[in-house]
Amino acid sequence: MGKKSFALPYVVWMIGFTIIPLAMIVFYGLTDDTGAFTLENVAAIMTAEHAQALWLSLGLALVSTVICLVLAYPLAMILKSISKNRSSLIVFIFILPMWMNSLLRTMAWQTILSNQGILNLILEFLGLPAVRIINTTGAIIFGMVYDFLPFMVLPIYNVLIKIGQDKVEAARDLGANGVQTFFRVTFPLSMPGVVSGITMVFVPAMTTFVISNLLGGGKILLIGNVIEQAFTSGSNWHLGSGLSLVLMVFIFISMAILAKYDPEGSNVV
Amino acid sequence: MERTLINLVDISKQFGDTLVLDEMNLTVRENEFVTLLGPSGCGKTTTLRIIGGFVQPTTGKVIFDGKDITKLPPNKRPVNTVFQKYALFTHMNVEENIAFGLKIRGKSKDYIRDKIKYALKLVNLDGYEKRSVNALSGGQQQRIAIARAIVNEPRVLLLDEPLGALDLKLRQDMQYELIRMKKELGITFIYVTHDQEEALTMSDTIVVMNQGYIQQMGTPEQIYNEPENAFVADFIGESNIVDGVMLEDRLVEILGVKFPCVDEGFGRNKPVDVVIRPEDIILSETEPGLLDGVVTHLIFKGVHYEMEVMAGGYEWLVHSTKCFPVGTKVSLKVKPFDIQIMNKPESEDEMAVEIDG
Ligand SMILES: Nc1ncnc2c1ncn2[C@@H]1O[C@H](COP(=O)(O)OP(=O)(O)OP(=O)(O)O)[C@@H](O)[C@H]1O
Ligand SMILES: [Mg+2]
Repeated sequence: MGKKSFALPYVVWMIGFTIIPLAMIVFYGLTDDTGAFTLENVAAIMTAEHAQALWLSLGLALVSTVICLVLAYPLAMILKSISKNRSSLIVFIFILPMWMNSLLRTMAWQTILSNQGILNLILEFLGLPAVRIINTTGAIIFGMVYDFLPFMVLPIYNVLIKIGQDKVEAARDLGANGVQTFFRVTFPLSMPGVVSGITMVFVPAMTTFVISNLLGGGKILLIGNVIEQAFTSGSNWHLGSGLSLVLMVFIFISMAILAKYDPEGSNVV
Repeated sequence: MERTLINLVDISKQFGDTLVLDEMNLTVRENEFVTLLGPSGCGKTTTLRIIGGFVQPTTGKVIFDGKDITKLPPNKRPVNTVFQKYALFTHMNVEENIAFGLKIRGKSKDYIRDKIKYALKLVNLDGYEKRSVNALSGGQQQRIAIARAIVNEPRVLLLDEPLGALDLKLRQDMQYELIRMKKELGITFIYVTHDQEEALTMSDTIVVMNQGYIQQMGTPEQIYNEPENAFVADFIGESNIVDGVMLEDRLVEILGVKFPCVDEGFGRNKPVDVVIRPEDIILSETEPGLLDGVVTHLIFKGVHYEMEVMAGGYEWLVHSTKCFPVGTKVSLKVKPFDIQIMNKPESEDEMAVEIDG
């Protein structure tokens, strides 16, 4: 009895902020202006423009997730070895940018990377040719990696610090060298962190429209931009909701694939 | 006598400011069962880790089979360890845990399968191949840790309190099993425990340690019957340790009463420590010229009675099959052979070992 009443606020929260919005998206996505049932909004993903945006989103999200993973793993290992000796101040400094608004940080990069921006000023000063980065997919990937990297590092770091030194020693004792120990013991044991890191990077990367707006110059459309425009400039809630449903299905599928690599289903962070 | 396999030469280890091992020298022969015995924190695990290669000694050398292996990483040493906290790989099942070392060495699938079966039989866990190690009890995990180590057929097996998590019955079974395994496999055991009974039952050689020093090294009989100092006497079994004065060869004065003994060469009127085991004290009706006392406590222990006797200002612990009720006036007799005379500690270092016991 008592336990149930404690759960009440959570239930209210779930209904108010998850179930109802979700239901509304489903409703709008599956109806037209007259309120009649239709699959048109969902099927709209098949149009060349929308499908292209979806594939581009998927591609960029995958690339930036992989880059984040490749950068984050060694970073997390370095963080672990540092924090073992010194205070956790370093970790704190590392997560500090996470508390700053990502919009602001991305806008900062816009100014840095733009054609007359700080980067090119510096290059010019050094007598080097200017670069055109802004408004390319490269700039968007850069922005995603920059924005989401901490979300990959932290879960991996959290798992790594929990892996007992004793297991590493046992592997060494049984004849494994440093590399073998890493691939057979450390990395598999850190899988839960890797999986939640991938989730925490892939999902926002797949759905972002801010980064592509600011660093893609509005010329490169991701699925997030298409949906955003349907809601705002297009004022077509039905289309926006229909496309959102498709995006959700894509994310669910990716999560299901990921879940296979996290046997205990443990979610870190 | 088998040949020497491991030699620790002047090994010292310092962690920060604390000296954990102080110029330790230890020789382990092939096929020997050596036990490091001592109270918690005396440096047993550290010694084992130095042999295993997980800790670099501050000074000194580790010689294995005539070669200096002090700088060799753990994976290149012909030793395997059963860790104090098992350290099983939680992302693998029982079978994969045991196969780990064999796979690293590139053994064939058939060989590995046979070895796993054999090892599981050895530790009495046949059929557990596919179990998750997380679903095992502490005792089962410990036995898997043993199996995981022995399948590699190391020249030396280092065991850090491998039976610590087991209940008394299983512990005794496993003691027996370990000795059997050792005979069957023909490997050298270096065994850590703080359980003196375990050490006495299993070992060829016991190394009694305290605060980073080796207090005494010898066969279980030597350690029990001829402790070299008060710490060893006190740590191994129960004993009465009293001040005495060596009046001349073969005569010691204890609490004002002269006792004949067998020790020689201490000089005249030399203060000494005297150790007498509780089972070596013979109680009798009061007789003149002997140490007189009164029984103050009496407990029945099954095999014997345990009594405390207040005599000469010291509370003597006595084990006897004869019962003397509380309040009985008695005399204490000890056969000369059962009186163990020890030099008093001279240096500060030796003094330190006496503090806790
Ligand atoms: N890595 C380390 N850093 C600092 N001090 C350490 C370290 N390892 C061990 N010590 C210290 O060295 C001393 C000996 O430790 P050790 O683990 O060898 O004891 P032990 O005899 O195995 O004790 P126990 O029976 O409790 O396992 C202890 O005082 C311990 O605190
Ligand atoms: Mg220990």
